[in-house]
Amino acid sequence: MTNHWIDIKNSDCILIMGSNAAENHPISFKYVTQAMDKGAKLINVDPRFTRTSSKADIYTALRSGTDIAFLGGMIKYILDNDLYNKEYTAAYTNAPFIVGKSYGFEDGLFSGYQKNEEGPSLGSYDKSKWAFEMDDKGVPKMDRTLTHEQCVFQLLKTHYKRYDLDTVSKVTGTPKEDLLTVYKTYAATGKRDKAGTIMYAMGWTQHTVGTQNIRTMAMIQLLLGNMGMAGGGVNALRGESNVQGSTDHCLLWHIWPGYLKTPRASNDSLDAYNAKWTPKTNDPLSANWWSNYPKYSVSLLKSFFGEAATPSNQFGYNWLPKVDDNGVYSWFDLFDAMYKEEIKGFFAWGQNPACSGSNASKIRKAMENLDWMVNVNLFDNETGSFWKGPGTDASKIKTEVFMLPAAVSVEKEGSITNSGRWMQWRYQGPKPLGDSRPDGDIIMELGHRIKEAYKTSSGVFKEPIVNLKWDYDTNGVYDPHKAAKEINGYFTRDITIKDKLYKKGTLVPSFAFLQADGSTSSGNWLYCNSYTEKGNMAARRSQKDAANNIGLYPEFAWCWPVNRRIIYNRASVDPKGRPWDEKDWVIKFAGKEVGGKYVSNKWLGDVPDGGWYPLENPDGSKRADAKQPFIMQKHGHGQIFGPGRADGPFPEHYEPLECPVEKNYFSSRMISPTAAVYSTKADSHATCDPRFPFVGTTYRVSEHWQTGLMTRPQEWLMELQPNMFVEMSEELAKLRGIKNGERVNVSSARASVECTAMVTKRFKPFTIGYSTVHQVGIPWHYGWRWPSTGTEESANLLTPPAGDPNTRIPETKAFMVNVTKL
Amino acid sequence: MELNRRDFIKISGATAAGVAVSGLGFDLSQVKSHASMLKTQYAKETTTICCYCAVGCGAIVHTSKRGDGRVINIEGDPDHVINRGSLCSKGSALKQLTENENRLTEPMYRAPYSDKWQTVSWDWALEKITDRVKKTRDMTFEKTNAKGQTVNRTTRIASLGSAAMDNEECWIYQSLMRSLGLVYIEHQARI
Repeated sequence: MTNHWIDIKNSDCILIMGSNAAENHPISFKYVTQAMDKGAKLINVDPRFTRTSSKADIYTALRSGTDIAFLGGMIKYILDNDLYNKEYTAAYTNAPFIVGKSYGFEDGLFSGYQKNEEGPSLGSYDKSKWAFEMDDKGVPKMDRTLTHEQCVFQLLKTHYKRYDLDTVSKVTGTPKEDLLTVYKTYAATGKRDKAGTIMYAMGWTQHTVGTQNIRTMAMIQLLLGNMGMAGGGVNALRGESNVQGSTDHCLLWHIWPGYLKTPRASNDSLDAYNAKWTPKTNDPLSANWWSNYPKYSVSLLKSFFGEAATPSNQFGYNWLPKVDDNGVYSWFDLFDAMYKEEIKGFFAWGQNPACSGSNASKIRKAMENLDWMVNVNLFDNETGSFWKGPGTDASKIKTEVFMLPAAVSVEKEGSITNSGRWMQWRYQGPKPLGDSRPDGDIIMELGHRIKEAYKTSSGVFKEPIVNLKWDYDTNGVYDPHKAAKEINGYFTRDITIKDKLYKKGTLVPSFAFLQADGSTSSGNWLYCNSYTEKGNMAARRSQKDAANNIGLYPEFAWCWPVNRRIIYNRASVDPKGRPWDEKDWVIKFAGKEVGGKYVSNKWLGDVPDGGWYPLENPDGSKRADAKQPFIMQKHGHGQIFGPGRADGPFPEHYEPLECPVEKNYFSSRMISPTAAVYSTKADSHATCDPRFPFVGTTYRVSEHWQTGLMTRPQEWLMELQPNMFVEMSEELAKLRGIKNGERVNVSSARASVECTAMVTKRFKPFTIGYSTVHQVGIPWHYGWRWPSTGTEESANLLTPPAGDPNTRIPETKAFMVNVTKL
Repeated sequence: MELNRRDFIKISGATAAGVAVSGLGFDLSQVKSHASMLKTQYAKETTTICCYCAVGCGAIVHTSKRGDGRVINIEGDPDHVINRGSLCSKGSALKQLTENENRLTEPMYRAPYSDKWQTVSWDWALEKITDRVKKTRDMTFEKTNAKGQTVNRTTRIASLGSAAMDNEECWIYQSLMRSLGLVYIEHQARI
């Protein structure tokens, strides 16, 4: 989230799309209803009428997988009716940038496309074709009047001209009058003192166009001037208590802690690595915060290897693994490799991929190829016990499995980071049950044993292991405070910065103090400031709000970066530093003014996103010492044109891999030309196939969590939601002669799952093009291990082998199924 | 004071209604009276953050200072600025996640081609895992790739996990996995 949970109360209009917040993030609704009590409008767009819909001022449905069509229509409406925030768009976004002549778009393809015959990626773009034109100083050419025919704003108009109400309605199945009502209501937040927010979740990410779903909304938020505002922003409702923290610490193949890049094989030295990934700008008004990259990468290497990391060995840079330049090692690719017998050993740590991964039958089959698996969890699960799952013969499966019992969160101490980036400390209540252990204890002991094995016997490339800094215990027991201090970072020698001496071992006050010469260590620059000489900031509990009284609670817990509660907040003020919204202001400039010029620098409110002077003086003259508000972007501007994305600089509607229509009304391209589609014999799919006539989607219920592994073994929650079900409309039930409560089969090109039919008024057939399309929904909380009947199976056995080109997140929200009576 | 199942369903329903679907006419006085009964005088009180979704609601854990030292009750934390004491159905049942007879309490091992689990000691399990990691890594380690570029990695061991761990655990875990040369490091955030 760019904003945070409490901030939702400050919104004037809340769009919930791609999420069912009332049921899946129930407490967030406290703030939705508070906003509504103050007059905010709630809009909900969802294929199914949910409990979120029941509270909405405006509800309308769309067919799964058509969000870009829906939102592209909103962009057209905003532009056609001049409802965008002109001052904001011209000053803070890249709408004025001039795009080079080699950019083009025709019939669903951007310029620079190349098909890929080998897969899994269907194709790729030469993104240099989408580059901005530069002036002689190397700064992007701009036309702040937004009229130049090659400026982003004009290209945007041209691109979305095709997204008229008729076409959008034909694709989405949403009635035209509903589209207009939603567009009009949301676009009203383009007024300078109004803010609209978006609450989205997996309903937007789990598509082959997932990244672009979110980008379309981010573009709308920029056009309406909603980024950086209280009650605005782009807000992903993340589904796991620490999935924000685990992402920040980068348990992902492509990034290192703090969103640094995993080194590519061609980055053959630390200098080459830093040079490759440190963006450069010639614009003096761009902060280009990532220019600090080498400070963060060297400090990270120091945290990996401590005193063994020295300038002469490039701080241990070459001890760490490199990925091939064009290699992809994502979840899908990991199991594809495992299926092809390319992986021998596997840690499934606090995970249940046998039920959580798309096309789970392939995952279960792949695990049979392993020599060994380590499964760490609270309960026995479908992953650890895969060798005795449905359809397996244990006597033919070679895999050794070690199942290690982990402690529950209340049995240990440490921090987690919520969706609003708040890092919160938890304490130990009871001791771990039986002989279970906290994950930290298991990791520490395993690390000690592996290091010992390499110290005492021969082994390949020992350096990274024997030199790994591994002192996060006290009296032989894992100590989360030591790890938290390592993450924050400390000075590795006495050093003077800004006339102040910092002694060796002193905790670094914030990332502005990190150095690229090895004098600082920090395990994650984004968390530098979380555990300082002032103490454990995440453990703070002050009830006091900030001066602007908008629910920032700056001394309750801690939030990254540097306790800034609303990021991009420099965009919440006009170029003179005055809040667009005087009532719910986030920051405001309070420096002294003499003769129409600012002469001292002071900001009030939230921690400003960079404390430079405003762009303009009160008399309208430009300041040379100011910075543009989007400090993480190379050119300092919010990106309406996104030339870094794999699938194009503007979002375009494509159909899901499996869809019910034979025609894409926007182009002759059906699926995204850069989607990843897998093709082993365990990866079948079927589109526009009469055997699978209904759109399927997955969702969650309040009483279960994710694959249900933590909730299915609980008696009360299981009684509330006892079995796998398929929700369908009364019309579809009638068509198939199915009665509510009957057991039925739901099948896709990959598998068949038995479900209890739940016939409701919450699904309604869509009119798509000129035909009727039915959609059904299934929860993904079940698996054969619990309940003990073994009959309630995972929805992910049905979901497809395709993912987003940027992230490879699976398309589990839109696929094709059949429903038949047993 | 133990809650019975019906009370739980009433309370969780009423709590959710108070939060998410206010105005349905539930009588909230029941919630208040139960909450006051559950104050436990002879227990250790610690704060926690709910382990399910990422709203980050606060809860109070009461742990017995006597007897088995187990959890007596877990309830919403009224001083937590986000949830102000409210919890959803899953959060309200947190005690049952902790005090649950289905939990794993001992390390277990499944041998190749075996049809059953056997209980093993931590020492035995960690020794064997260390052995497997070292053998697989040493046998499959690639110093260079097909192009001859230095890569110092193994692609034959993979790791998934975990958004269910604390920040500090995530950090030390990735540091250990990267030191071993793993490149297949993924977790829930990818799905």
